[in-house]
Amino acid sequence: MAEHVIEHDVQTDQGNAWDGGKEPFKASYGKLMMWYFLLSDAFTFAGFLIAYGTLRFSSQTWPVPDFVFSTAPFGIHDAPLIFVTIMSFLLIISSVTMVRAVQEGHRENKRGVVFWMLLTVLGGAGFLGCQAWEWTNLIGTEHMTVTRNPFGTHTESGVYLGYDGKPGEETFEAGGSYLIHKADLDASLSDEEVVAGFASHGEDDHAGHAVVNEYGKDYGFMYVDDDGFIMRKFVVEEGESAGAVQMEAFGPKAFGGLFFFITGFHGFHVLSGVAFLLIILINAASGVYVERKNGYEMVEKIGLYWHFVDLVWVFVFLVFYLL
Amino acid sequence: MGGHKTYEESIRDVYKGLVLLAVVTLVEVGISLLGKGHLGIDVSGYGWLLALIAIGLIVLSLYKAYFIIYEFMHMRYEVKGLAMSVLLPTLLLVWAVIAFFQEGDSWKKRREDVKKRETVDPNAPSSTQEGFVIPEDTFVPDLG
Repeated sequence: MAEHVIEHDVQTDQGNAWDGGKEPFKASYGKLMMWYFLLSDAFTFAGFLIAYGTLRFSSQTWPVPDFVFSTAPFGIHDAPLIFVTIMSFLLIISSVTMVRAVQEGHRENKRGVVFWMLLTVLGGAGFLGCQAWEWTNLIGTEHMTVTRNPFGTHTESGVYLGYDGKPGEETFEAGGSYLIHKADLDASLSDEEVVAGFASHGEDDHAGHAVVNEYGKDYGFMYVDDDGFIMRKFVVEEGESAGAVQMEAFGPKAFGGLFFFITGFHGFHVLSGVAFLLIILINAASGVYVERKNGYEMVEKIGLYWHFVDLVWVFVFLVFYLL
Repeated sequence: MGGHKTYEESIRDVYKGLVLLAVVTLVEVGISLLGKGHLGIDVSGYGWLLALIAIGLIVLSLYKAYFIIYEFMHMRYEVKGLAMSVLLPTLLLVWAVIAFFQEGDSWKKRREDVKKRETVDPNAPSSTQEGFVIPEDTFVPDLG
């Protein structure tokens, strides 16, 4: 009799794989599907980042990241990559607090889960706040849009024209970066007052309150286009066009679109991650998972997603900021 | 999952992971700034060093990715089939990166070529024009 029972057990155990009750790869359905969703999401991000790389490879020049991303809140300038490093640390730390939440979930420690998830949410919200500041600065102060890239790069060395229209003292090297500033419009000023205004606060003024009396006008040492962007003129000192007077131009157009779409898509992942973290946090706090057979597995699943967001940032950080 | 270690051990491992990721990130930022000449050393003349920095940044980022997947996402403790079914498909991206970056580089060469053609004066006598040499491996129809 006993032998018969054992035989029967073995049969169901090794029985038809289609009979159900077996977990492929010894992982629950939810976790397995989260992994495959993340795989598909990884391909989406890879597509974006490869598009970025391809367009960067196809351009003569590309905005230099340590020049583009060198400002931070509270009026900090010329601090290359510092702010974005802080953003990276926020994500790394929130990844670590997420691991702690999952660990406490395994111990069925409700208070621990809630505490560590709360810290994770704070890290994610902090990251979003930093990104909001970064975008505001790029759009509002530096006038970058999806179709306009004011970050240009010199391809030959040269010297800028002075206010008298003759080569001045300010020189630049090939590969040097410049930002095209936007001028305010004040039609009541005379041409002399415009030039005097430029001369008084210098060209490196970060606040950039340049004022001109007309858009779409050539001032000799600079050209102000129809939208008020200041294209400074310079004399090329080397190469085929040595001696020629040229004018600054906008940088590769694709940069703005790629930057806003890729960091925006990642930011959207962070935002939805924060939303789901909050939902699961509230569920955990109200004791939903105490009743469940699989305990705090939801915390594990959102954890997988949250680590993936951090993982994607590793590569966004690499291609946009480090390289 | 975590059952292989005691609670205290796994907590210690988490904070070790935090320190590791933080240090790797700081090293990345450091060598990136070195390559851009922000650390007071001008390296712009050393092409091999710049290439080494770029490769180093990519390798360190891949290491961070490996660490996040295997430790934080617990891939180390999953069945091998699960790990392979998630990780192997990403190898397709190796092809994509090579193919698309090569294509991008080709676009750049074509742009340079077009720019050069535009600067040639179409009305100048042909002897003074620089002319463009047709690459040897290009098919040229026999018009005779």
